[in-house]
Amino acid sequence: MDSTKLMTMKDAVSKFVKDGDAVYLAGFTHMIPFAAGHEIIRQKRKDLTLCRATPDIIYDQMIAAGCAKRMMFSYAGNPGVGSLRCFRRALEKGVPKPIEIEEYTHFGLSGRLFAGATKMPFLPMRTNLGSDLPPENPMMKTIKNPYTGEEVSIVPPLNPDVAVVHVQRADAKGNCHIWGITGEQKDAAFAAKKVIISCEEIVDESVIRSDPNRTLIPDFVSHAVVCEPWCAHPSYTQGYYDRDNEFYMQWDDITKEHETTMKYLDEWVYGVEDRAAYMKKLSSEKVLKLLPKAAYSAPVNYGSV
Amino acid sequence: MTDVSPSELMVIVAARELKDGESVLVGVGIPNLAANLAKKLQAPGLNMVYESGAVGSNPSRMPLSIGDPCLVTGAKSVCSMYEQFAYYLQGGRIDVGFLGGAQIDKYGNINSTIIGNYKTPKVRLPGSGGACDIASNVKKIIVITPHEKRRFVEKVDFKTSPGFMDGKESWKKLGLQGGGPYAVVTNLGTMKFDEVTGEMTLVSLHPGATVEVIKENTPWDLKISPKLENTPPPTEREISTLRALDPDNIYLG
Repeated sequence: MDSTKLMTMKDAVSKFVKDGDAVYLAGFTHMIPFAAGHEIIRQKRKDLTLCRATPDIIYDQMIAAGCAKRMMFSYAGNPGVGSLRCFRRALEKGVPKPIEIEEYTHFGLSGRLFAGATKMPFLPMRTNLGSDLPPENPMMKTIKNPYTGEEVSIVPPLNPDVAVVHVQRADAKGNCHIWGITGEQKDAAFAAKKVIISCEEIVDESVIRSDPNRTLIPDFVSHAVVCEPWCAHPSYTQGYYDRDNEFYMQWDDITKEHETTMKYLDEWVYGVEDRAAYMKKLSSEKVLKLLPKAAYSAPVNYGSV
Repeated sequence: MTDVSPSELMVIVAARELKDGESVLVGVGIPNLAANLAKKLQAPGLNMVYESGAVGSNPSRMPLSIGDPCLVTGAKSVCSMYEQFAYYLQGGRIDVGFLGGAQIDKYGNINSTIIGNYKTPKVRLPGSGGACDIASNVKKIIVITPHEKRRFVEKVDFKTSPGFMDGKESWKKLGLQGGGPYAVVTNLGTMKFDEVTGEMTLVSLHPGATVEVIKENTPWDLKISPKLENTPPPTEREISTLRALDPDNIYLG
């Protein structure tokens, strides 16, 4: 068995994330790999191009920590709450340092990943025309549809240097079972040059092979496998723990000033060694509150003659 | 009539626009309440689709975000983000899309990107998300927004999502497959768009509102429909059903 991929988050980040990289920490609201973001902050990576459809709290934290040079995104808000204050401070006031932006629509950015994953030269799409966004982003272009002569919007492929994808369960080789909101998990993994898989649990290969339709990422796409329970908190992992909506609302207050944000990072990121230590700090009442009621799917029969 | 807040009134009126059997692309907050309210009342077969890829959701509680786990539990289907935009939205399978924004103009162009200049913004807003994609592809766009002068502007600072551009003729030239803006529901009235020119026109006055107050809160000379109606007041059933959906007043507060 190829167990050389199994490593700690510390080693995975140290081995695969370099200064100046374009990184994609995947997950649309669901399974956002916060533990990876925190490790990147602790290892003081800098000049990163942070790519995500929804930068979410994780990139807000990485921007406050000074890791980012550029952000590629399509929705820079705190979902259901309001602004991402650290991102806005960087953009509007240059605090802690200025940030460049490259902005798309959700279809545009997820389309870029799809094109990157499938090595398309570009992807045509029915959007962007008439919007003021394309004039601000030279990567969004139009071509003439060779069949009808109509103007069509196109986006280029995106191939990040490294993607981090959190999943529910994986085997030691990096075959991954994912369920719930699958977001851009598969596209990010197939598009990236290096892929760090983080998972709630490591399971035997036979568990994966018992349900192959649920394997969105196979082992030959994965470069590192990290067993990191609760990696996604304060986002969530379907069936393992719910979204910490309370924290998402608190983030708005925590980030009122750069100093208050840094105080949080000092305590919860720099002040802990790894995710296990972070979880030890989290109150047990909070943890218990986030445990979901079970809702199992009906089993399916994969049998053959 | 029980007293309703401006937010409650907007949600109730907007919910009435949704028909049974339609597919609606739902955003967080107020639109999510409107869709869930319609589903509990006149549209039990409403198909709620979320940008996050959840299709036919049946949430047991109000989701805080469009990626909330309760949208997955008991849903009809879940697909990837790219598939949602490609198969469902661009595939032409969505009837209604709710959009919000900081500014809207008389042709229904919407700004959710910046106040001021793009390169040096006074206020940076979240940006398009799926809004521009939704505006380009759904049959009807419904906007729910408080009726305030800073939101209704002659010309938006930034066109995040195209409405009827500078009028219906310029919109037609874009060749979008969507139907464009359909209704704007505020706390004061409902506006729809002129069939020929694409200009926003007041079609219904909400209880307590007057044309004068609406004109005062709209910085351009708003067109008034010759067939101006009075919006039927919220019923007790609409009010109690809505309040049960948001018992902690997360969205209606």
